[in-house]
Formats: sequence, structure tokens, C-alpha cells
Amino acid sequence: MFGMTTTVTKRYKVLVAKLGLDGHDRGAKVVARALKDAGFEVIYTGIRQTPEQVVEAAIQEDVDVIGVSILSGAHMTLMARLMELLKEYGADDIPVFLGGTIPIPDLPKLYEMGIRDIFLPGTSLNTIIEKVFEAAKERRSKSRY
Amino acid sequence: MDKYIEKALKGDRLAIGRLLTYIERDPRRAGEILKSLPRNDDYHVIGVTGITGSGKSTLLSQLLTSYSNKGLRCAVVAIDPSSSFSRGALLGDRIRMQMHATNPNIFIRSVATRGLKGGLSFAGVAMVDVFGRLGYDKVFVESIGVGQADVDIMGIADTILVVTVPGLGDDIQALKAGVMEIGDIYIINKVDKDPGEASKTFEYLKFAIESGELGHNTWVPKIVKTSAVLGKGVDELVNIIDEHLEYLRETGKYGEKRSLRSRILVRLLAEKIVSDRMDGLELPSEYDDVYIEAKKLLKKILEDIDE
Repeated sequence: MFGMTTTVTKRYKVLVAKLGLDGHDRGAKVVARALKDAGFEVIYTGIRQTPEQVVEAAIQEDVDVIGVSILSGAHMTLMARLMELLKEYGADDIPVFLGGTIPIPDLPKLYEMGIRDIFLPGTSLNTIIEKVFEAAKERRSKSRY
Repeated sequence: MDKYIEKALKGDRLAIGRLLTYIERDPRRAGEILKSLPRNDDYHVIGVTGITGSGKSTLLSQLLTSYSNKGLRCAVVAIDPSSSFSRGALLGDRIRMQMHATNPNIFIRSVATRGLKGGLSFAGVAMVDVFGRLGYDKVFVESIGVGQADVDIMGIADTILVVTVPGLGDDIQALKAGVMEIGDIYIINKVDKDPGEASKTFEYLKFAIESGELGHNTWVPKIVKTSAVLGKGVDELVNIIDEHLEYLRETGKYGEKRSLRSRILVRLLAEKIVSDRMDGLELPSEYDDVYIEAKKLLKKILEDIDE
């Protein structure tokens, strides 16, 4: 009569951050909203964040995914620092996505830094949701705890 | 897990963050974690509630500045609602406090209500306990702030701040039976926007307190006017919060609050265990005696827990 199954509550947490000195956060907000509607718990840090602030927020909230939006052109420096800090903190098991106006020639170097995926202008929200979901699921299944 | 406990006690924020995740996901481990952390009764839990948009997070951010400048360690459990539709959540309290992200003496954790009315979950209350045991001096709980359900926060906080804004006269009346009767300190925030209205709101609250409508026990609730964005009134607020803590200690209510918090924590976990298991059970689609069916269900759950 009774079928017992273990209930697993899978609620993934995502940090959405604006890194560096640009205040154009409409894109980040649209993505944050779409992720929320898809069932993610989204923490939005607001604009003009330093890599240090983003990494601190990510470890205090223990998020499954970090999503960064940059429209200022400073992505090479900022992302290098962010990835370095994650390693330093031992939090490099958190997958990082980057979105924004990123010139194509910069992509290989960014991927080399360990960024999981880069969303260029025109990427559909569905693609973003799918990829973030995939990455979050993977992180949870591999996580050391 | 043990290595995280060791590191967390040394203040490692990655370790603390991950311990809190255990607490959210696995009640059994939550028990082990709380057990292995040293007991600490000397920390002050401050609940912040009030209507949406009244500036709770901004005010809290100012309090964090004040207390951390005094050398105290502060933690925040920021509760935001989950969507009833997608079950997702946008946890936005952190935005107003993000300037403190890199301060080693401040730790902020956002929690979604996940469908719980009143917003008080086992995980949320257990986190408060964890922060206390890790040696944080002030533990703030910022609630979702929607009227009557928020009375729940009363059970776990030592000091309750209720934040309102000027010009809501009638709404204050409406709220009186719920959130407006639980405050130890009432804060009229955003006074810079309309000083005239702020004075009216002040008088209204003062009358309500003097006429005995507000407040419980021997503490006479205080009213403070603030402008959190400008940092006005924050020093006065800090003094009154400290005064309330003093009052709790002198009257022995400090200990009572601790016992109440323990009782609430055990009860919330018992409820969580039952409701989590219930979700995995196949329920009978027909019944002869519904009461007996319900009892059978509970027995099945109990057997399963013993394993």
C-alpha cells in the first residue's frame, strides 16, 4: 500500500553578479528573473561589484553556479581575478558563466581560465536556463559534501 | 564534514557556508553539526521585520556597520519568499548589504521560505544556532515582512525590531493585531521623505504604546525615527537595542528566550521530518475511516525513522 521513496529536495542556488564599473544591469536582471521563474533560488548582488565581493558572496551563500554579466570591456582582467580567487578560496568547484558584450577573439582565453560557458548577445533565455541547470546538477552530484 | 567544522570554528567562511548547506539539505547532519559545535548562550538574536519596502535591509546594513566598527562579529539570516508558481526565489536582501561582503567579521546568508508560511523554517532557526555557536555576537534575522504570519519571528529573536514608514496611519491600525504588537523597538524609517508625516506616525505609535495597546510584559516598547539611507538615527537605535539586551539579562528573560528557541527548533524539525517523509508516501485514494488511515501513515513514518 505504501511505496517509500526518499525525497530529495533539489533547489539550486545561483549567484547573478555585475562585475566591474558598469551600471547596465538590465540584462543581468532579465536573466535573474528568468532563472527564478525556472525554479532557481537566485541571489543578485547588484551592480559595480569587485571580484572579491562576488567570491565572498558565492562562498557565504554556497551557490551552485555563478553567473557574471560584464558590458564594460574589462572582462579579461576581472574574470582572471575572479577565477584566481575562486581557486585560492578552494571554491573552484562552482561553475562560472559569463554573459555580455565579449569580442569573439577573447573567447579562447576566457575558456582557458576555466569559465564554463559564455553567453553572447542573442543567446536565448532557454539556452541559459538549460546550461545553468546542467552545470548546477553536475556540481551537486560531484560535490565533496 | 569534520574538516569543515574545524575550519568553521576558526572563522573560515567557505567552511561555514558549506556547513549551512548541510543544515539546509540534511536534518540528520544538521543534528550532528549542532552537536559537535561548542554550546554558546552568549549571543544576541535580533529579528528585523516590517512591511515590504520599509527599508529593513538598508537599516540592517547600517547596524552591521555600527556593530562591526565596535569589533563585534555579526551574522545575518536573510529570509525572502519563494514563488508559489515556480518554487524559485529572488533573494534580494543581500544587495543592500553587499558592501559588507568582504568584511571578515560579517557573514550573510540568504534563505528562501520554500513554501513555509511565516517564513520560519528549521534550517533558518538552526542557522541562527550555528552562528551563535561559531561565536558571532549579533545574529540578525531579516524576515519577509508580511503582516500577521511574521509573528513567528517573535519566538526566536531576543530583540524584535519592527520597521515602518511615515504616512501609513490606517495601515498601522490594520496591522496592529499582527506584526505591530510584537515589537520591542518600533522604527519609523525614511523620515527624510516626509518629516511631517513621520511626526504623526510617531505620535500614533506613542499613543498606542502609552494606552497599553502595544507591547507585552514589562518592557515599554521604544520608538526611533531613522533615515537608513542617510545613516540618521542609527546611533540612537543601537543604544536602544543595547538597552533592551540589558533589560533581558537583568530580568532573566534572556534565558527564557533561549529555551523557547530550543523548543521551537525541535518542533520545527519534527514537523519537517514528518512532512518530508509524507511527500514520499503513496496515499490511499479511498478510505473507510480517515482517522485510522492517517494513523497508519504516521506509524509507517515512525517505523521508517527508526531504521
